[in-house]
Amino acid sequence: MLRYSLSRFLGAIPTLFILIAIAFFMIRAAPGGPFDAEKALPPEIEANLRAAYHLDEPLYQQFGRYVLNLARGDFGPSFQYKDYTVTELIAAGFPVSLKLGGSAMLLALLVGVSAGTVAALRQNSRTDHAVMAVSMTGISIPNFVMAPLLILFFAVYLGWLPAGGIGDGSLRYIILPVISLALPQVAYIARLTRGSMIEVLRSNFVRTARAQGLPERTVILRHALKPALLPVVSYLGPATAAVITGSVVIEQIFGVPGLGRYFVQGALNRDYTLVMGVVVFYGTLIILFNLFVDLVYAWLDPKVKYS
Amino acid sequence: MRSDRANNEQIGGPSGTELAKRQVLHRGNGAEPQSLDPHKSEGVPEAHLQRDLYQGLTNDSPDGGIEPGAASSWTVSDDGLVYVFHMRDNARWSNGDPVTAHDFVYGLRRSVDPATLSNYSIMLRPILNAEAIIAGEMPPEALGVRAIDDLTLEIRLNGPTPYFLGVLTHSASYPVHRPTVERYGDRWARPGRLVSNGAYRLRDWVMQSHIVLERNPYYWDNENTTIDEVWYYPIENQSTELQRYRAGALDMTYDLPFRQLSWIRSNLADELVISEYLGVYYYGLNVTRPPFKDNIPLRHALYLAIDREILTRQVTTAGEIPAYGYVPGAANYEQVVPEWAEWTQEERVAEARRLYEAAGYSRDNPLQLQILYNTHENHRTIAVAISSMWQETLGIETELVNEEWKVYLETRRSKQDTQVFRAGWIGDYNDAYNFLEILHSDSGLNDSGWDNENYDQLLEASSQENDLARRARIMRQAEGVLLEEMPVIPVYFYVTKRLVKPWVGNYRPHIQDSIYTKDLEILKH
Repeated sequence: MLRYSLSRFLGAIPTLFILIAIAFFMIRAAPGGPFDAEKALPPEIEANLRAAYHLDEPLYQQFGRYVLNLARGDFGPSFQYKDYTVTELIAAGFPVSLKLGGSAMLLALLVGVSAGTVAALRQNSRTDHAVMAVSMTGISIPNFVMAPLLILFFAVYLGWLPAGGIGDGSLRYIILPVISLALPQVAYIARLTRGSMIEVLRSNFVRTARAQGLPERTVILRHALKPALLPVVSYLGPATAAVITGSVVIEQIFGVPGLGRYFVQGALNRDYTLVMGVVVFYGTLIILFNLFVDLVYAWLDPKVKYS
Repeated sequence: MRSDRANNEQIGGPSGTELAKRQVLHRGNGAEPQSLDPHKSEGVPEAHLQRDLYQGLTNDSPDGGIEPGAASSWTVSDDGLVYVFHMRDNARWSNGDPVTAHDFVYGLRRSVDPATLSNYSIMLRPILNAEAIIAGEMPPEALGVRAIDDLTLEIRLNGPTPYFLGVLTHSASYPVHRPTVERYGDRWARPGRLVSNGAYRLRDWVMQSHIVLERNPYYWDNENTTIDEVWYYPIENQSTELQRYRAGALDMTYDLPFRQLSWIRSNLADELVISEYLGVYYYGLNVTRPPFKDNIPLRHALYLAIDREILTRQVTTAGEIPAYGYVPGAANYEQVVPEWAEWTQEERVAEARRLYEAAGYSRDNPLQLQILYNTHENHRTIAVAISSMWQETLGIETELVNEEWKVYLETRRSKQDTQVFRAGWIGDYNDAYNFLEILHSDSGLNDSGWDNENYDQLLEASSQENDLARRARIMRQAEGVLLEEMPVIPVYFYVTKRLVKPWVGNYRPHIQDSIYTKDLEILKH
C-alpha cells in the first residue's frame, strides 16, 4: 500500500505540472493586464511595475521562474493586495474555508447518509418520497437563492444569528454559512446513499445475513452500510476538496474571509500570482483527496487490493 | 426623508446630544483595500480608510472647501508658485514621534520616486520637477519640496495651481513614518507595524473580513475626537451589505443596490441619505473613426435624443442630476448650462431629427451603432434605456456589447472597435480642471481620441492663470468648445447614496464623500 501511495504521489507531479502550465498561459492570454486601470498609468510607471514583477521578460522565462519559485514553496507577491504575498493570503484564507467546509461536509455526511439509508429501507413509502422530495429541492435551489433567504429569515427578521462576517469565529457566525454549504451536499449524498443501499439490500450476502437470523440493525450497520457507501466515498473526494477550498458564492454572500473569493477576484483583477497560487493549491488538494479516497476504497471493499 | 439634502447640511442629532457609552462605528466599505500604504492605493475604499489613518497638510472641510490638516496655516506667494506650510508643534505619529516637515519631505519624495511603484503619484504633477522624477529623469531629491526647519515646509510648483491645496488632501501626498518604512520595506503597512499620523491607528486587519482602527492617543486633536473605534467591512455585494445593515451589523453602508431603492424609500426613508457627488456619467464617442469622425451634427443628434429627465427619474432613480453640461458642480466654477438644457424634450427631439438627417441618415437609411459597457447591471439598464430612446426618436439600430472590466478598458483604449462607450469620472480633487483634463489630447483617459488644439491651449492657459475668476472663465470657455464638438455625451451627475443609522451624529454629506470618522459621534440609542 505504501508503494502504491508513493507511486500515485509521484504520478501526480506531471498532472500538476500540466495544470500549472495550462493555468499560467491561459490567465496571461486573457486580455487586459494587472496594472490596467481607468486612469492609464504613465508609461514609465507601468514599465517600472512590469519590471518589478518580471512581466517584461519573455513568457517562457516567466514560466520557468514561476515553476522554480514554486518548487521552493514561493507563490510570489500578490499584484492586487500589495502588502501581502500569495502564500500569506492562502495561509489566512484556507483555515477559514477548511473550518466552514469541513463542518459542512461532516454535517452533510451525517444527515445525508442517515436520510438516504432511512429512505432506502422504506423504499416507496411516504418517508422515502419526503426525503427524496426534500433532497431534490436542495439540489434544485441554488445557494445564491437559499443563502439570502436564510439570512433574511434568521438574521433580519428573527435576529437570532449574525447576517454575515466571521466575527470572532464562534459558532453563531458559522451556522448559516455551514447550513448553506451543506444543503446541496446533503441532497446529493442522500440520493447516492439511497440508490446504492437499495442495490446492496437486494444482494446475496445481505439475504444470507438475514437468513442467518441476524437482527436487522446488525445487517444494515455491519454488512450493508459499508459497501453501500462506496459511491458516496468516490463522490466525497472531489466534493470535499471543492467545499473546503471555499465557495465563492457563499463567501461573498456571508462576507466570509475564505479562499474562494481570491479565485474570482484574482482572475478579475488579473492578479496572475494569486490566481496561480489558488489553482496550484486547489489542484494539489484534489489530487490528495482522490488518493485518499482510493485508499479508503481498499478498506471498504475487500475486492480492491493495492500492492 | 433624508434624501436630496444639500451637502454640508447636518444630519442626525446635533452635536451635544447625549452620547452612547460605546463609541464604536461600523462602516461598510465596498471592497478589500489594495494596500494601506497611502502611496500605493487608488480606490475609494482605500481613501475612506486612509482619511482616518493619515493626515495630509490639508483636510476636506464639510462645505466642500479646504481646512487645515497637519499644517495649521500656510502662505502662498503672489505668483502662486511657492507655498509655505506651518506645521503643528503638537502633532504626533501613532507611536508618539513628532510629525515634522521632514516627514512630509520624505513622504512626497517617496511618493514620486519611481522605485516606490506608486500608481497615483501623477497627482503630484503640479510640484516642481515631479513629472521628471516620475519619469525617472531626475532623482527624487530634485522635487520642489524642502523643510525650512522642523515645523516649516516649502513646496514649489511648476505653475500657479489654484486647486493645489485640494491635491494635498489626496493620499498620494500623505506622510509616511520613515523609520517604519525603512525597517519593514514593502511590508510595513500591517497591524503591529503601521505607524500613522491621523486620528486613528491600525489595530487589526483580517483580509476579506474587517479592518479595525482605534483612536490614536497621540493625535493632536484627540480631545475633540469622539469615536473610539471604527470597523471597516469590505462588502462588494450591495444586497449583502443592505441585509447586514438591516440586521444591525452596520451603522453606515458604502452604497445601495440600485434595484432595491424603491423598497428602501418606502421602508427606510428616514435613514436614506442621498447627496450630490463630484462625478459625471457619460457616453464617449470614438471620434477617430466613422461614423463620428468629422460628423459633429450626428454627435449632437445623439446627445439631444437622450431624455435625461426620464432616465434619471425612472431608470437610475437615486436622484441623479441630468447632465446637459460636462463638468459637475465643482468648487469656484459656475456650471456651463448649454441652451439645450432650457429646451423642452420635444424641441430637443425635433432638433435631433433635423441634425440626424443633416448627417446623412434617415429611417430608411438608419445608423447602426454598438454601445460598449463594462459588465454591470446598472450600466446594462442605462444602455438599454438610451438605445431605445435613440431607436424611438431617430430609428438608430443599436447593439449592446458588454465586456468584463479589464477587457473593456483595453478595447476602449485601443480606439479601434469602439463606437460609443460608457464611461464615468469621479473627481480626484474638487476642481473643474480634473474633469476637463481627461479630454486633453495627451490625456491617458481620452479614449474618444478627440484632439482639439484650441481646447488644449485653453486648458494650458487655465493652469497658468492665478486669478480664480479669470481661470474659471477660461475653463468655461474650454467646456464650451467641448460641448460644441461633443466628443463625449454627458448623461448625468452622480449622487452618493447610503443608509445611515439615526444614531450616527454629525454626519455631513460631502461632495467628494470625504467623511472623516473623527467628525462623527454615536448618539445614545
